Amino acid sequence: MTDLTVDGTIVGRGNKDGARLFREWFDGLTQAAAEGRGGAYVFVMGSLAELLRTFDLPIVFPEINSLQTAVRRVAHEYLNEAEDYGYSPDICGYVKADVATQLRGGELPMGRIPKPAIAVYTNACNTYIKWAEIWERMYDIPIVTLDVPGSRADGAQTWPGNPDFENDRRYVQAQLEELIPQLERVAGVAFDIDRLRESMAQANAMSRAWKRVLELNRSRPSVFNALTDGTIFLGVANGFRGSAEGARYFEELVEEMEYKGEHGIGTLTDELYRLIFVGVPCYPIFRRFSELFTELGGNFVSSTYLRFASGGTSLGFEYDVSHPLESLAEGLLVSVRDAMDNMFFQTGILLEMIDDYAVDGVVYHPIKSCRTVSTGLADNRRALMAARDVPSLFIESDMMDRRVVSEAQLKNRIDAFFEGLAARRQQAAIRDS
Amino acid sequence: MAYAAGVDVGSTQTKAVIIDEERAIVARSLTMTGANVIRAAEESFAEALAAGGLREEEVEYVVGTGYGRYKVTFGNTQVTEISCHGRGAVHMFPDTRTVVDMGGQDTKAIRVAPTGEIVDFCMNDKCAAGTGRFLGAASSALDIPLDELGPTALRGEKAVKISTTCTVFAESEVLSWLGKGKRIEDILLGVHQSIAARSTGLLRRVGVEEQVTFTGGVARNVAMIDALNRSLGLSVNVSDDSHYMGALGAALFALDHILAARVPSRQAS
Repeated sequence: MTDLTVDGTIVGRGNKDGARLFREWFDGLTQAAAEGRGGAYVFVMGSLAELLRTFDLPIVFPEINSLQTAVRRVAHEYLNEAEDYGYSPDICGYVKADVATQLRGGELPMGRIPKPAIAVYTNACNTYIKWAEIWERMYDIPIVTLDVPGSRADGAQTWPGNPDFENDRRYVQAQLEELIPQLERVAGVAFDIDRLRESMAQANAMSRAWKRVLELNRSRPSVFNALTDGTIFLGVANGFRGSAEGARYFEELVEEMEYKGEHGIGTLTDELYRLIFVGVPCYPIFRRFSELFTELGGNFVSSTYLRFASGGTSLGFEYDVSHPLESLAEGLLVSVRDAMDNMFFQTGILLEMIDDYAVDGVVYHPIKSCRTVSTGLADNRRALMAARDVPSLFIESDMMDRRVVSEAQLKNRIDAFFEGLAARRQQAAIRDS
Repeated sequence: MAYAAGVDVGSTQTKAVIIDEERAIVARSLTMTGANVIRAAEESFAEALAAGGLREEEVEYVVGTGYGRYKVTFGNTQVTEISCHGRGAVHMFPDTRTVVDMGGQDTKAIRVAPTGEIVDFCMNDKCAAGTGRFLGAASSALDIPLDELGPTALRGEKAVKISTTCTVFAESEVLSWLGKGKRIEDILLGVHQSIAARSTGLLRRVGVEEQVTFTGGVARNVAMIDALNRSLGLSVNVSDDSHYMGALGAALFALDHILAARVPSRQAS
């Protein structure tokens, strides 16, 4: 990202503040662990953080903890420990890093996390359910699966007012009503609907701003890198959802991105190609992976990851705080469904993104660790290529396991992709001249 | 007369090709890459110069390609072997729309536009099954020189089904079939069919569109040509220079640079 070159008070602030908030979050978790408090273990697709924080439960995102071990280049130690314990190399790397974390008493490079007191998760990823069962066996804690109905078919999503949608919303609301007494028992804190209203209002402010941040990257040159900067934003979007700090962070991020857009400050000095990233990042070589594209003038202006790993909150859905439970159910339904659509029904979403962000190419990154995200990518790519003449690249590696990340092989394919983009642009120039 | 060169530093062998302004090959060379990649590139280029009776300064532009392309220290620029094989194949066979390049440790399926521009490509990932290395394992297990593998396999009548997809385990599977009394010719026929099947899978991922041109070192193997033809249900193009296609493509890109530099800019005119 462009550093403090123009206005030291704004440009680069989002990344610095994001890193600070992240440290503060982990300091809080470390303190909770030291005090022996149990945490609410949740996942990024439907965390319900806005509800859980009203019970004063420390919120733990095991996916974020695991990916941090990869970014900090110690994931292999955690993966090896889980594999030595008996987990197969083929099991999700996030799960295995978390298993090793639990075996180490919650120790992570960023601090120590509390043990789980409860796990709350949706069906957005099938692994969530099996993962929570590990904690249930390890700690004998309550685990709660929220069954959120997904889209029946691509393009068949229903909305408020439609009878199917109302049935789905009531179904989710009934599950939330069952969850609340369980949270009261685990936390020893009575449910306070006014606290929930306040938390939802903060989540609304964050959602509004998050949607705006994503839209602002339509500017040319793009104002942030969806892969690297975007992952920092995602950390705050998840960890601070429903909090005043989270809302403020995103409102300030809008200011920064608007400033950059107005002043033509791009994330790259010379943006030659605008790209979309599909899948989960390659965290074992996180910065380097991005550089393989940026060194050749390519920037990721958008991604499906920014949408599904924010639990679909990128839609900008805002709660009606006068009907908290009904609206919470509606928000969970709409957002988690959108997260799943961004994994399973990507074609229409990508076509829209290509137009909105004036995109030159699409990069698919299936990963060994995650079947849920990766299995359909080949079909999605074929569907996209049939619908639109847009260059695409299909490169495989992993989100956690450096044993299956070959930088030389990745670079070869990425270089060839850019050669194709350049040749295509040259041909277009010849046609137009 | 200006000359352009391409140096393809592959995992096993390094190839160099020099062409003239008419895009005709005037010299070619082939050396083993070995551990010193920079030296392999230099030697290969020097051999090509000697073969063409040319001095180094007569070659105006050099493009490096292959995995060791950044080690072609005397080169002017680098282009991936994916683009180079596509370009070389379309130059040799202008109706080429799909290229299968089988090298020492990777196999590529490349779909190209009539201009030689890459439309899509796909390669084997993290595993050398379906590449030349798989043949190397069979050669070692059966103690038959690489050059004789193809003619021997063509004498096979009933192919043995090779089930392993791992190059490391291929050697032990070949030995186990020998132990069961299978004929060497039938085992080798099975090895070739196994590689062809995996390559066909890669080709289908990018979409097989005729004509298909077979490039890379393995394209010299007659049994592999036959196995690919049968697997794809068509007849692949094979040039005597298939082995040099990456270096040829690189030389063609080098010539582009030379010719582009001669075109007076609009401003200058």
